[in-house]
Amino acid sequence: MSKKLRIATTSLAGCFGCHMSILDIDERLLALLELVEFDRSPITDIKHCGPCDIGIIEGGICNADNVHVLYEFRKSCKILIAIGSCAITGGLPAQRNHLDLESCLTEVYLTEPGLAHGHIPNDPELPLPLDKVHPLHEVVKIDYFIPGCPPSGDAIWKFLTDLIAGKTPELGHGLIKYD
Amino acid sequence: MSDTFQLDGASVPFEPGQTVMQAALAAGHYIPHLCYHPEFKPHGSCKLCTVKIGGRTAASCTMPAEAGLNIESDIEELNALRRTLVQMLFAEGNHFCPSCEKSGNCMLQALGYDLEVHTAGFRHMYPDRPLDASHPDILLDFNRCILCELCVRASGEVDGKNVFALSGRGITKHLVVNAESGLLKDTNIALADKAMHVCPVGVILPKRVGFSVPIGKRKYDQRPISAQALDDAPRQGDAGGSCASCEGTS
Repeated sequence: MSKKLRIATTSLAGCFGCHMSILDIDERLLALLELVEFDRSPITDIKHCGPCDIGIIEGGICNADNVHVLYEFRKSCKILIAIGSCAITGGLPAQRNHLDLESCLTEVYLTEPGLAHGHIPNDPELPLPLDKVHPLHEVVKIDYFIPGCPPSGDAIWKFLTDLIAGKTPELGHGLIKYD
Repeated sequence: MSDTFQLDGASVPFEPGQTVMQAALAAGHYIPHLCYHPEFKPHGSCKLCTVKIGGRTAASCTMPAEAGLNIESDIEELNALRRTLVQMLFAEGNHFCPSCEKSGNCMLQALGYDLEVHTAGFRHMYPDRPLDASHPDILLDFNRCILCELCVRASGEVDGKNVFALSGRGITKHLVVNAESGLLKDTNIALADKAMHVCPVGVILPKRVGFSVPIGKRKYDQRPISAQALDDAPRQGDAGGSCASCEGTS
């Protein structure tokens, strides 16, 4: 049998909904594990990416740490897949893009009720937010996109099995969804 | 016997005065489109319906049918251009499908599905376009406007109210409301107006019914737009103006 493909996954400015959908391929995960093994991923808890065949990234780019992780994935993975609305369009976090970042932070942490004597978080451990939220393809080259919020387990299964079989992945009606 | 033209190798009959689009849809051949609507004069602006006639491109919604034309439509060269047009529309506005109540009933989204558009590809512009929620029964979300002018045409030609217009030029072109305040509450638009029912995307929305049909059970969730558009088109032998979708709801 040929060597197993190595897959890494991560969630950047996402909600882990796409990762839940990856788990939603259910018992087919066992069939998938015959073909692939996981590198860096919430599934393995490996913290940094080794050389991989496929990287799957959920979520857009909203802070400096997201940029570093995305660069690590691009450097380590032969094929990079953006999964879900946030990775592909910026998604929900990008709904702040037509607003000024400072006014967002001021309203959330200073003006709105509920945070008495609040302050804008400034712990050095926290990655700095970017001025705007970006989809992945605006920062590095992305090879494939699986749209959906999240894409269904069936869509992910179809896409990955097409790709692993060496075919151009196609979703078709019912599996391609933007919502 | 009526004259015919060739569309992707098929013989398509037409009546004098029909456009290529009208004849094609009536004969059961789908040509992708956004700003074309069977009940309105063609607009020719979205360019999704571009076909090749004798090697030259033309908008099939405005092109008069002629005997003997040799027309190509469903070819990769044109579908790639259509994909790019859909991608540019997605990048130019704020089309956030997961929170849009038109999702599943949206022609732009359905065309994206049909053309296997997986990403907008371009840099998203994220324009700042505030909503108009002033009207008690109707919401205007300008973020999704694709400038097809269907609401402008419906409000002017059918409703006789001229509630909507396009203003500005080029990238600054945008939908406006014809009221001194610029607000929908100061117009005489009504829920029963034609203009309420022609928006191909999620700009003009009746309030309080957004999710009465759940996501997953909506128009284009059932069947692709290429199949639905054929149902909606007046068929050969029908009286003018009638359509399968209207009959289905009467």
